Formats: sequence, C-alpha cells, structure tokens
Amino acid sequence: MYDIKKVRLDFPMLQNKTMQGKPLVFLDNASTTFKPRQVIEAMDKYYLEMNSNSHRGDYDLCYNMDVEVAKARETIAKFINSDVNEVVFTSGDTEAINLVAYGYALEYLKKGDQILISETEHASNVLPWYRICDLTGAKVCFVKLDDKRITVEGVRNAFKDNKSIKLVALAHVGNVLGYEINAKEIASICHKNGALFLLDGAQSVPHMAVDFKDLDVDFLTFSAHKMCGPTGIGCLVGKYVLLQKMATFHTGGGMNVKFNNKQEVIPLDAPAKFEAGTLNLSAIIGFKAAIEYLTNLGMENIHKHDQELFEYAISKLEGYDNIIIYNKDSNSGIIAFNIKGVFAQDEATLLNSKGIAVRSGQHCAKMIDPVIGEPATVRMSTYLYTSKEEIDIFIDNLINGGDILDAYFFN
Amino acid sequence: MPISLTNEMMRAIIMDHSSNPTNKHTPSGEGYQKVHMHSDNCIDDLDIYLKIENDRVVDACFEGIACTISLSSTDIMCDLMKGKTIQESLYMIEQYQHMMHEEPFDDEVLDEAIVFINTSKQAARIRCATIGWNAANSILKDK
Ligand SMILES: Cc1ncc(COP(=O)(O)O)c(C=O)c1O
Repeated sequence: MYDIKKVRLDFPMLQNKTMQGKPLVFLDNASTTFKPRQVIEAMDKYYLEMNSNSHRGDYDLCYNMDVEVAKARETIAKFINSDVNEVVFTSGDTEAINLVAYGYALEYLKKGDQILISETEHASNVLPWYRICDLTGAKVCFVKLDDKRITVEGVRNAFKDNKSIKLVALAHVGNVLGYEINAKEIASICHKNGALFLLDGAQSVPHMAVDFKDLDVDFLTFSAHKMCGPTGIGCLVGKYVLLQKMATFHTGGGMNVKFNNKQEVIPLDAPAKFEAGTLNLSAIIGFKAAIEYLTNLGMENIHKHDQELFEYAISKLEGYDNIIIYNKDSNSGIIAFNIKGVFAQDEATLLNSKGIAVRSGQHCAKMIDPVIGEPATVRMSTYLYTSKEEIDIFIDNLINGGDILDAYFFN
Repeated sequence: MPISLTNEMMRAIIMDHSSNPTNKHTPSGEGYQKVHMHSDNCIDDLDIYLKIENDRVVDACFEGIACTISLSSTDIMCDLMKGKTIQESLYMIEQYQHMMHEEPFDDEVLDEAIVFINTSKQAARIRCATIGWNAANSILKDK
C-alpha cells in the first residue's frame, strides 16, 4: 500500500512551508524535486564522519570512501540494470549528453553524417549536437512528429529517407508534454540501420522502472536532482564497448594510468577515464540514498501514483472550456496547459501568489512552440509525494483564482 | 501624480496599457535607435526604439512579444518618456528602479508608472516590469 501521508513526512520541504504567505504547493517536479531526510542525512554524514577524497590516499578514510563510491555505482547499476562499469558519474544529465557528444560524436562523426533528434527536445539534448555539427560538418535532422508525438513509424521513416543518420538522441519522456516514446522499438530500428541511440532519461528514470539492458539503448542519461537526489550529480550509462571506444572529455587527475613529457597519456579504463578531478562525493552518497529511497517505495508504485494524479487532475478539469490542455492523452506526471486569453507567465505568477509553484514558458524546449501552436505554456508536474489535496488546491485556483493582477494587488 | 490611486484604478491602468498598447508598433520614420531585450524566465522578447533630437526623446515605441506586465510597463514608459530630456528620462528610470526594489523613490516623476509599485510582491516579474526601462537606459546612458 502506497501511504502518501507517511511518504510526505520524510520531506522537510513538505512540513509547514509557505510561499507568499500560503501553504506551499510544489508542482514543478519536472524541474527539480524535494529531498527526503534519508538523502540529506546521508550527505551530512559524508561531511560529518567520512570527509575524504576518493582514490588518493593510503589511509582508512580514503579507502572507505572508495568503497562508498563503488557501492553507489553498484546501486545505480542495479537500479537501471546495467553493468557496474557502465555507469559514469557526471554533474548531471546535461554533462552526460555532452560527454557522448564530445567523447563519441566528435570523435566518430564526419561531414555528411546526420544526427536525428526531435523538435520537442530539451536544450540539453539539442545544443550539444549543434555544437558537434559545427565542429565536424555533420548535420542535425528532425524526426517528423505525429501530432506532437515521436512515433516508431516516424523514426523508421526518418531512416528510409535518410541513409546518413549515425546517431539518434531522444527524450524517453518529454519534459513539456510528458509523452513516452517506445524506446525499445526505436533502439532496434536504430541498430538495424547502423546508428547508435542515446536515450535522455531525465524525465523517465525518476518516474518509472527503466531497464538499460532490456531497452538495448546505447546511452542513457539522467540527473539525481529530479529523483529526490542532490543537485550536481547524475550519470551516463553506456554500453561498455562504446565507453571504451570513446575519447576522454575532461582530463586530469584520477583518469589516467600514466603520462610522460612526450605528451603520451595512458587513460584508465571506463568509467574512470571520464571521471577526471575530485568527484562530487557527498552528492554521490546522496544519489545512492535517493535510489534506495525510490527502490523502497517501488518504481511501479511511484509510476502508478503519478498516473493516478494525472487522471484525477484531467477528470476534474473536464468541462472547463477556458482551460486548454495540450497533453490530455499523456499519462505521466506532467500537464501542459493555458487559460484562454491569459499569458502563461501571468497565470504562473497568479498561482505563485497562491503559494503554488508551477513553471511557464517553453521549459527549455525552445523549438516546441510551433508543435503546440502556442509561444508558451504553463506546466504542472507531480512526483511521488504530491497529494490529491494539492491537486485540488491547484485546480481550485485555476478555476476560481481570480484576475491575474490579483497577484500584485491582494495579499 | 497622486500616489492616492486606488488599487482598482491601478489595475485598470495596467489592463488598459496591456490590452491597448498605443506605443506598440515599429517606428514609421527614420533616426531611431533600437535595442533588443529578451528574458530567459519569461516570454518577453522586445525591440525598443527611441528617437533622440537635441538632447530630448522625441519619440519612443516598441515591438515584440511580452507578458502583461512587460507590455504595460513598456507602453507606459514610452508615454512618459516622450518629450523628456535625456537627463529627465535617466532620472525617471532611476526612480522607477528604486521603486522596484522597495527603496525610497521620488514619486513626482513616475506618474502613471506608479501602478507597478507592487511588483516586488512577485519578485520573478521584476525583470518583466523593467525590461523596457532597461532597454531605454542602455540607449540613453551613453548619450
Ligand atoms: C528531458 C530533459 N533533458 C535534459 C534535462 C537537463 O537536466 P539537467 O539540468 O539536470 O542536466 C532536463 C531537465 O529539465 C530534461 O527535462
């Protein structure tokens, strides 16, 4: 039984916090999430009891730190079903995508090659590819959407029309409309056509069980902060042969076996060869605690909770013609909407004045406006601790929230 | 400008300027200086045009996409700036900035712009309420 009341008690940010003098209702979880006490305490423990560097000393503290980092890597590998040495720590999803861009694409793509993405991607899964194209002469192309969605058919057709696609990079769940793609089928199409597939898991890994081996994707990226973990840590999970083939990106201490004055460097094997410099150790400890927290609750339960809240909200909004919802047919924890005749930012400010945190704009997906047909949307997004009562408050304020200028003239 | 405007009057002024921004158009003549401004936390994406002759702002207008607050604040600024000297305009912008940040300000020169006095309640929108003003400032300060 998923006990939401009990879950909420784990989160200090959910205890009597206010915003604009009203109880805080946090519905911007696609952006970042709150941390449970278990994660905060694990990170504190690093600073209070374990403070040390990893692999740089001959004393116990340092040895113990190595053990902790290895345990964290194992925990992540088990969580997404990869091998331990397929998990590379990065500062987050964005750095993980950049690592594939600079470590793989820059090394192996050339003029005439193409990279397939979509117009619904987050900037972090667009701009690294643009940069690589500038550097190599390769080109980015876009999968044709089927009414806002990326379909297996769309990807298949892209390969029919275009024999030069060498790499495909798509979000598993989109961060604006919340649509999930059929990653397994798309991976198989990519491989049949000799292309690699990077799956941006920023919005999927936190919300549902994702199995790296079963999906058979080549690269999977995600950030800890969107899954109850700390900021500044995330990972690239990559097939080991590919990681070994990849060039190093950041270089420096901790990633090499040796180097000499003839400019010769022997890098360590993956994943260490990508992890130059002192790692974000407290965050790695916190990341592990976050995954343990999610695993304890059960990813199936978390996914179901998001879906139930989505359906609950959509059904309550039924019949309000002035509320336009752009992704009613989705079923993740994201609702993208507008109120007729109201700018998204103005609505978000009004909700802020009621203590409700949502996001407005393009949500870093700056090519999405022609897809939706609006320059901006309001996005509300739930997570494992969001309650039905919070959805009620949100909807009540959407419907009866008053005029947008109330945000400035009431309180 | 009397600071005794009621809330209802202030709201009406904002709504009037956002639903009917009379200065929102590209300039019809020559001799305008343009600055582009956009914000990364809002939709605002504006071009501001000022025409300056003999040390005086003789015309001001703007074009682009903007939320209610940036639209109305920029429109009001254009109204107020027309006919003012560069010095007067810069002083008005300075006082407006003080008001935004809840610092003491000279309400005499702000006129209708006083309706944005509560912007600091919604701190995320200060950028919107000042975007046009910052644009004008960047043109005028080098004069
Ligand atoms: C789909 C998607 N990709 C990438 C990112 C970037 O994640 P981060 O900022 O944690 O690197 C996000 C975050 O909003 C996202 O939603």
